[in-house]
Amino acid sequence: MMTNTGSRLTQGQFSFLPDLTDKQITAQVEYALKNSWAVGIEYTDDPHPRNTYWEMFGNPMFDLKDPAGILTEINSCRKTFPNHYIRVTAFDASRGVESPRMSYIVNRPAKEPGFGLARQEVDSRSIRYTIHSYATDKPEGERY
Amino acid sequence: MNKPVHSTAGAAVPVAASDAAAGGSATPHTVDAVLRESQVETVMADLERDLVGLAPIKERIRDIAALLVIDRLRLNLGLQAQSPSLHMSFTGNPGTGKTTVAMRMAEILHRLNYVRRGHLVAVTRDDLVGQYIGHTAPKTKEVLKKAMGGVLFIDEAYYLYRPENERDYGQEAIEILLQVMENQRDDLVVILAGYKNRMDTFFQSNPGLSSRIAHHLDFPDYSQDELGEIADKMLATMNYRFGEGSREAFGEYLTRRLKQPHFANARSVRNALDRMRLRQASRLFADRYRELTEIDLTTIEPPDILASRVFTQD
Repeated sequence: MMTNTGSRLTQGQFSFLPDLTDKQITAQVEYALKNSWAVGIEYTDDPHPRNTYWEMFGNPMFDLKDPAGILTEINSCRKTFPNHYIRVTAFDASRGVESPRMSYIVNRPAKEPGFGLARQEVDSRSIRYTIHSYATDKPEGERY
Repeated sequence: MNKPVHSTAGAAVPVAASDAAAGGSATPHTVDAVLRESQVETVMADLERDLVGLAPIKERIRDIAALLVIDRLRLNLGLQAQSPSLHMSFTGNPGTGKTTVAMRMAEILHRLNYVRRGHLVAVTRDDLVGQYIGHTAPKTKEVLKKAMGGVLFIDEAYYLYRPENERDYGQEAIEILLQVMENQRDDLVVILAGYKNRMDTFFQSNPGLSSRIAHHLDFPDYSQDELGEIADKMLATMNYRFGEGSREAFGEYLTRRLKQPHFANARSVRNALDRMRLRQASRLFADRYRELTEIDLTTIEPPDILASRVFTQD
């Protein structure tokens, strides 16, 4: 049974749930701030799952006490890039962890074209598989 | 206890009725009931104890606390209770306690549940205005983000606006401030502070800013009795005390000093006390082999005070 029958991107946390409301995002950001994690906002228009490093929108916010400031940044990112994928990442800098603890998408383009399977024949009819994002058929800036 | 939220009368009335039907519910309907379950009285008591004088300020804080209590009762009856605009402007002469009260205001508003976190971010013009084009907006926005959920205290606010220099970016910072003060009233409280005449000119040239500030508070100069009280409190925190006759000598010192120009209220009192500590130290220093007890080390004697310049200048 497929839980995601459409081409909706299921990267990060909460991706199988309906889009998070601002109130829910505030609650999640508050959880991250309570644990003193640095919150960063990133955007991209290349949805491939191996595209790990998205463009950063402003600097990571690690000294804020209240989620309201981060919500304003998210909304200004949405206004600047309404048709890009925007995600919020919470980074734990404590020793031994030093990696992102939370990462969830807060904005998606209206139509997500999805992925196709690309097959490549290599030495004597062995096949290598990869997935190819239909969005990347168009150049950057014209994808959505 | 949650921040007061909007509620509609129609939706909430059935709840109140069933509450009453349940017989003796937990929702309070008197001021006393609300006071007993909130921290309002502790806040007011702390204020009375720690700050000397400042009657108009205490009155205003009392009004805000009273509004909080009444808002709670209104909410319990299903009436609307919108939190008021809390932006403030503190004006007054040097040393009247503007910065001190602003620091405490963050804590007070937090304990009254008007701000979410209760931290204070104190800035001056340099933290808001950039050095080159395009520098001001991100700088101001960073400061505002840090202050969200608490209080932003802008000291010497009139330096933001420099009309004589057209390459000054203070105006941009003011505009960003105005927008946030209006649109994010629930997230941030802004307190401006400065000397009265310069703040008046500043507000005249920025009517938008002046109208967004709901509370213009003027800090009056302290009376001589109040200054004496402040001196007592300061000495107590520094683990000193007035010896016999010192209190009267200090009163005499104040009378003379007040007649002289450039008196900066509490700050001048603090400076005077520091000079008295110096003279006490010199006095004790002179006697090399005397065993000094706690009483010796903590008492300010009349000679320490009477050695002041104000007694010789007439």
